[in-house]
Amino acid sequence: MNLKQLALASVFALAAATTSANAACEIGARVSIIGNEFPAIQTVGAGAAECKGAEVKKNLTADHKNIQVPGMQGNPAEYTSAIIANSTIVALMNENLIRPLDDLVAKYGKDLQPSQLIKIDGKVMAIAFMANAQHLMYRKDVLADLGLEVPKTYEDMLAAAKVIREKGVMKNPIGGAYAAGWNLAQEFNNMFLGYGGAFFKKGSAEPSVNGEAGVKALTMMKSLTEYMNPDYLTHDSNATNAEYRAGNVALLNMWGSRAATQTTTDGVTDVVKKGHAIAGPMTVGGGSIPASTLWWDGWTIAKNISDAEAEATFIAMMNGIRPKLMADKEIAKQAVWLIKGYQPSESATGVFDAAKSGTPSYPMVPYMGLMHTALGAELADFLQGKESAEQTLADVEAAYTAAAKEKGFLN
Amino acid sequence: MQHRTFFWFFFPTAAAMLLFIALPIVSVFLQSVFAPHEAVLVEVESCTPLVGCTTETQVDHDATTELRSNQPLGRFVGLDIYLDRGHLAVNEIAAAWQATDSMGDFISKVHNLPLYRALSFTLTFTFLVTPLLIIFGLMIALAVNSLHRHLKGLMIFFSLLPMIVTPLIGSLILFWMVDSRGVVGSALVALAGDPDFSMKASTGLTWVMLIIYGVWHSAPFAFVVFYAGLQTLPQDQLESAMIDGATRWQRVKYVVIPHLMPLVTFVALIQLMDNFRVFEPIVGFNASAHATSLSWIIFNDLGGETRQLSAASASSVLTILGVAILLTPVLIRTWRDFNAKS
Repeated sequence: MNLKQLALASVFALAAATTSANAACEIGARVSIIGNEFPAIQTVGAGAAECKGAEVKKNLTADHKNIQVPGMQGNPAEYTSAIIANSTIVALMNENLIRPLDDLVAKYGKDLQPSQLIKIDGKVMAIAFMANAQHLMYRKDVLADLGLEVPKTYEDMLAAAKVIREKGVMKNPIGGAYAAGWNLAQEFNNMFLGYGGAFFKKGSAEPSVNGEAGVKALTMMKSLTEYMNPDYLTHDSNATNAEYRAGNVALLNMWGSRAATQTTTDGVTDVVKKGHAIAGPMTVGGGSIPASTLWWDGWTIAKNISDAEAEATFIAMMNGIRPKLMADKEIAKQAVWLIKGYQPSESATGVFDAAKSGTPSYPMVPYMGLMHTALGAELADFLQGKESAEQTLADVEAAYTAAAKEKGFLN
Repeated sequence: MQHRTFFWFFFPTAAAMLLFIALPIVSVFLQSVFAPHEAVLVEVESCTPLVGCTTETQVDHDATTELRSNQPLGRFVGLDIYLDRGHLAVNEIAAAWQATDSMGDFISKVHNLPLYRALSFTLTFTFLVTPLLIIFGLMIALAVNSLHRHLKGLMIFFSLLPMIVTPLIGSLILFWMVDSRGVVGSALVALAGDPDFSMKASTGLTWVMLIIYGVWHSAPFAFVVFYAGLQTLPQDQLESAMIDGATRWQRVKYVVIPHLMPLVTFVALIQLMDNFRVFEPIVGFNASAHATSLSWIIFNDLGGETRQLSAASASSVLTILGVAILLTPVLIRTWRDFNAKS
């Protein structure tokens, strides 16, 4: 074999190698993805964009939920796939914008696990790739120094916070994403479900938050805020985490998707790095299920696109969640993946504990979004001491009812 | 000008105004008197990871599609949305009037309704910020105008900075500064002598902060306009005033301000309109627990997981009406002046 032949052979070998690598992800039509922007979703988007043969566009932004419905309403739809969570899929389902995926799953879904298939009315409507839940994060060093147990209930949390404050270790030892609006409403949802509340009267869109569970949930939230930074109504997840990282907070209920990066960003003090620990979500009021909600993130495929585009999108999105990715340690750490081959790291224990202890999933009813908005706008009045819990909850129900009447859910 | 010439001269403007101003307003108005169809709901089984299968309510698509194709605009609700609790809340107000004995009780009940709460902040903001920014703008303009010409350029640049900074960024910077761990925040804590003192936790102080921000952001606009006006001051009048022994204050009061009056009207007009639509600082300061505005209500209606287009449209129409009402006195005045001159 002379040099020329050798060169030729290696060129062929290389070409063969590249085709086989690409064969896994060769697409024949455009793909356009809309979704949130946190690291795990960036990974999925990047995986989908590796596909060759046609253009793959992605728009990953925190404002995704404001543009995904208009972006999928056209025919053809601008976005062929929306990365959603159990709260945001409802808006797409309400408008009938996503297609059943059963045939595509049968054709290309051999790598999927049964738990990844989101089935609604017997049809696969979304492919989930990660789970999320709010759970406890705490400073084991602070608790150990004072001889305190890791709180299992919110009542324990209050007792521990009292000791921490009285011993002068921290002034405001509890953290929480209590920013007025979506975050505050979500914290209420947790507590309300923990007290055994149901948002709607059975089988209807009539609200039922103004009751015993609602008042108890608000009272508990108010007690917790007494141990929080006085600016708590302006603190979203980012601001709350900043307080925790700066060592000002010892106990907080935080999203599992933030667990892995909690101590790895810049500016985390060594004390916090060493003391950081996580545990499952807490219960409240002697309840048996945790005061938290279980979430999943997944992707959907638009209805108003051609079958070829749907097929290309499915292939590309499958490439974004291929089991091989789980071998990458950095990627595996980004989330609690539902993908085959995922080895849970220590930061995933909170979410798994949440699932094991029977945490309810965030309600997937068409009018939950309206309830969430009404809660977010009205609850701050009670926490500021402007009105009673009953009055606040009556306002929530009135605001929700006005919105639900407009949207045609109530007469 | 002949009517024909005038028509062709004005036609492009009229067409653009029709297309970009009148049509959108008509569309928003239509949207506000129609609401989505009544949802046809069905119970279905849904299965999710880690939880298992549960029965959930869902929209029945076949039935909804049929409803929609019959009446694509939705169902006609007339003024229902304008009158519901999220907007003018007529029933709630009537109920509050009957249930309360004292005026104070009634007002606090009305203040609990979203639109009236938003109005109370919006109007306070508009009527405090607009005069303050006119006064500050005039003061800065007079000060800069009396500087040496080498310094003027530099000072104009610095005075304009608040307007150059994007509103959202400007408010975020201030927001971090007044944080209880921020520069201004910790200074205030020291001043107040109370370690738990927090600006962001107090409704009153949040309003003060938003109003200060509003003046800080808009004063440069008034400044530029007045500064331009000062360049056209009648020098002979000023000189004769000086010869008559008028002090600087008297010259400003009797010569400069009357000369700038048309510009004051102009600035007031623009700023009343802008301040009535106050929005960015509320988002930037995360202040929605303490202060809301009409624009914030629209944003909130559209920002939820389920968008309330009809509610947002109704709020938009109410905002337009509000601006119209606010501007009427100024417009009537301008019209009178115009007629008096001609």
